[in-house]
Amino acid sequence: MAAAATTKTGARPARAGRRRRLTAPAWIGAVPFFAYVAVFLLWPTGIVVVDALKNPNGAWAFSNFTELANPQVRGYFIGSFKLCLISSLSGAVLGAILAYAVASGDPDGIIRRLYISVSGVLAQFGGVTLAFAFLALIGPVGVLFHASWYFDFPWGIALIYAYFQIPLMVLVFLPAIDGLKVQWREASENLGASAWQYWRYVGAPLLAPAFFGAMLLLFAVALSAFATIQAWENQIPYVVPQQISTALSSEVGLSNVNEADLLALGMVIMVAIVMTAYALLQRRAARWLR
Amino acid sequence: MAAVTSLGETPLTAPAGRPRGMQAGRRRRLNIFRYTVFTVFGLFFLLPLLALARFSLEGATLGTWSVTAWKQIASYQNQNTGIPPLISAIEITLELAVITCAVMLVLLVPTMVWVRLRVRWLSRTVEFLCLLPLAIPAISLVVGLGEIYNRIQRISLSALMLFWVYVILALPYAYRALAAGLTAIDVTTLSEAARSLGASWFSVLVRVIVPNMRAAILNALILTAGVVLGEFTIAYLLLYTNLQVELYSISRNTPNAGVLFATSLAALLLTGVLLLIMSYAGRPRRGRG
Repeated sequence: MAAAATTKTGARPARAGRRRRLTAPAWIGAVPFFAYVAVFLLWPTGIVVVDALKNPNGAWAFSNFTELANPQVRGYFIGSFKLCLISSLSGAVLGAILAYAVASGDPDGIIRRLYISVSGVLAQFGGVTLAFAFLALIGPVGVLFHASWYFDFPWGIALIYAYFQIPLMVLVFLPAIDGLKVQWREASENLGASAWQYWRYVGAPLLAPAFFGAMLLLFAVALSAFATIQAWENQIPYVVPQQISTALSSEVGLSNVNEADLLALGMVIMVAIVMTAYALLQRRAARWLR
Repeated sequence: MAAVTSLGETPLTAPAGRPRGMQAGRRRRLNIFRYTVFTVFGLFFLLPLLALARFSLEGATLGTWSVTAWKQIASYQNQNTGIPPLISAIEITLELAVITCAVMLVLLVPTMVWVRLRVRWLSRTVEFLCLLPLAIPAISLVVGLGEIYNRIQRISLSALMLFWVYVILALPYAYRALAAGLTAIDVTTLSEAARSLGASWFSVLVRVIVPNMRAAILNALILTAGVVLGEFTIAYLLLYTNLQVELYSISRNTPNAGVLFATSLAALLLTGVLLLIMSYAGRPRRGRG
């Protein structure tokens, strides 16, 4: 079904145009896209939701949700939350500083263009290789030094996450800083405001929605990251994605629940909450950034 | 990556161009702040890569230099199959990137243009569906994908089949890039002009609209390729082998850490250079808009 859907797309607009005379509704043209998304996004998500609410025998079991309160399961969620909070907070603050340094330079300058393209590349540098790079830098036989906390749970991995969180923050936050009009600064200086007063009463309130919105985005990114933390430490599961992986590849786990499905659903709910808040904040931030 | 280091020096030649209405003293302090920030962050981004490079050149004993590990990348043998697994993993990942990009274009560009021209009331739904993968982490998606991939594997066992889901993973990024390109051009006028001159919908799309949003399409392709080249989660959990999974399994199995670091660095540089080249290739055209 999906295979047919994609092969159709190439010639689709032409055909839809011909069909119009046969009064086929115009939305027919969007069908291949919807079919594809339905099969590879909506269907698997549906499977997760349904299976999370069933026991392994296939009977409905809404009581599965009480398993989320199970101290062991709760531990993974708390671990995820801790890591995401630390890494999104540090990534957002440091990224904002870097974004400001980039934005206050020549808007067409080479530094700015370089920084934006490099950020675009580094923001994608999650994954296995990143963990190895830090292992080489500050791991047990690191080149720079051996950080005794390298394998400590939130701090070691939070430092590694900063490597892609900071560039991501630069990319997301730079437009907001660019939106600060020079006139606002000049106006506040003409009125005798100090730099601190300008930031306290003008800059910070204007940037706050964009800042917290971007922070939520970083939070969501850290929440769903799996490759880096798995390559960093694969013996002990600290966060939900690791435990999902363990549950998928072994039969050990909660006895009467589809554990992987339940954890996966929990993740979806968490990310959905965060992303909704992000969208709301972005809308509010957009008011000033025209 | 050299780009990052040069950042510290270049500002000296380029004065802060934007008139900010600041006194000289304040601007000097701002510039000191900027150089400090660029240096510190430049080091933070550069040092792990340098460490990776150093480890990849480690000799048999700690502290010596040798290029053995780099030579072993191509010849590194899997004891069971005898085929160099790294090379085949790299090959598969590159092929996946190409296929995913192609499918993404064929699926998304016509749909977005069509929705914009003829079925506006669907545009919010399409946007929602395209951004939805951001809210459904790959690790959650993969749990539900097991069943679907069971069926796919009855038809083909090839790791290239991963492209089906990689298109979904890259959807939000490609959508955003394409949407930015679409809003920048007047699709309605362009297509009405072409249609009234007798063009079919197909040539409207291929010969009028696509050339006008070339920069946006290129951006979408860069982002899609970036997603595919770095993907680990889904391939690992569906038991396929792509580049990242191969690196991970080498790190678990091989006594020779040098190969691991050399390959990691090679993979990072490959991705980075590819993405940088593609992003620079797209730049000059954007100005023409």
